[in-house]
Amino acid sequence: MKGLARFFLILVTALSVTILYGQEDHSGHSHTHGAEVHAQLDSNGLSGDARTSESAEPKKFNPSPLVMGHIGDAHEFHIWGPIALPLPCITYETGLGLSFFLSSAFHHGTTTYNGFVLDHGVMRKVINFPTRDAVDLEVIHTDEENHPHYIHTEEIKDAAGKITEHKTIQYQGQAYNLEASSKIFSASSWIDFSITKNVFTMFLATFLLFFIFFSMKRFYAKNEGKAPTGLANFMEPFFEFMRDEVIKPSIGPKWEKYMGLIMSLFFFILVCNLMGLIPFFPGSGNVMGNISVTIVLALITFLVVNLSGNKHYWQHIFWMPNVPVPIKILFIPIELAGLFIKPFTLLIRLFANITAGHTIILSLVSLIFIFGDVGKNVGGATIGAVVATLFVAFMNLLELLVAFLQAFIFALLSSLYIGAAVEEHHHEESHH
Amino acid sequence: MTGTLAAVGAGLAVIGAGIGIGQIGGKAMEAIARQPEAVGDIRTNMLIAAALVEGAALATIVLAFFA
Repeated sequence: MKGLARFFLILVTALSVTILYGQEDHSGHSHTHGAEVHAQLDSNGLSGDARTSESAEPKKFNPSPLVMGHIGDAHEFHIWGPIALPLPCITYETGLGLSFFLSSAFHHGTTTYNGFVLDHGVMRKVINFPTRDAVDLEVIHTDEENHPHYIHTEEIKDAAGKITEHKTIQYQGQAYNLEASSKIFSASSWIDFSITKNVFTMFLATFLLFFIFFSMKRFYAKNEGKAPTGLANFMEPFFEFMRDEVIKPSIGPKWEKYMGLIMSLFFFILVCNLMGLIPFFPGSGNVMGNISVTIVLALITFLVVNLSGNKHYWQHIFWMPNVPVPIKILFIPIELAGLFIKPFTLLIRLFANITAGHTIILSLVSLIFIFGDVGKNVGGATIGAVVATLFVAFMNLLELLVAFLQAFIFALLSSLYIGAAVEEHHHEESHH
Repeated sequence: MTGTLAAVGAGLAVIGAGIGIGQIGGKAMEAIARQPEAVGDIRTNMLIAAALVEGAALATIVLAFFA
């Protein structure tokens, strides 16, 4: 037991060091994120001459773009330094239909393809670009480490104080604007069906779960009545705990019908969370920190709860029994709002917990660059690295707990909501 | 996040959630001390209550980020 704990601690520390090494690589060698930081500092909402006068001042490290870049989705899977796994891009443009290509067509963001460019791994459409061929982009500026920049980022503050990013590229001496990336809160002229990093991670998690559970099934079919060994032995406690402690007591007598759903939710969220904690290639996709994913999961729960709701469930919403009429009327809007608030908190809780964990770890890693003045102060960077390793190791342990806890809470609350919807009517005294 | 007011809002939400979850944890400890045999039930209900408090707080924080 003690040996196991020690092994575990070493493993977590090693993973933390891997994260740190990956970051050093980013800022020092491959200019992906460090460069972005420079580009944004260059143009921090300042006009042209203000920018030139500012460039003489010492630059400070701004961790926010680094953190946002890492918790976001991407159209290529960054592995190591200049090596990235290209992912299939599938776009739908009105009038042009579907297009299929690999993100390696962008040559690491140095060329356009189909009127799209790759901006730090994220595909963006160029507005009114004259050609759909693959053309080389022109270098807009080079930073002090002689890294070329093909995309110019400018932050513009509007009257309300809201900061929007404006990105431009140059082709044949003319500047073209980039459309904002397709997100749930901002519509775009094209629809993105790409197998992004997050989609890839979800597929991987699904295959992993299929493998685990089908091999378990084979094992039980072969060794009926015997004690489980190996993978089945490892997974059985999780499965039994979820069945006996969560699903049966929360849903009630009809638990068997919903067990598949709750188990799928639990294990899918758990595997995605755990894969997100691995800081290198097959992991590192921030799936549950993507609000679209949690929205869909919560929507599934919402539909299942309301489609399986019985007479008493709806009666409790629209005409609460055993309370005076004015209270009945008062309860209708509250219960109706509750119908939507329940899945909303479900999705926000999962999204915010996972995003917060990743943000904290990346912020701790940023300490190295803050202390090290973007590579100028090696002593400071060393102190930062020591502090960051210890804190990141601790945060990784905490994240491990959160990964299990959030999967558990999502499954538990889903089964409680389903349980409330399928509960049979009993005498009023037993109602809470 | 725009401006510092959103950050203040997020901070206030965290104070509320901190008090709430602290109360839940403390009371659960007291309950376990009083009835150690009910530890399983208490733990599950503690987690449910903590998740509900946390859900409200996180919703506020996320809204503060988006507002």
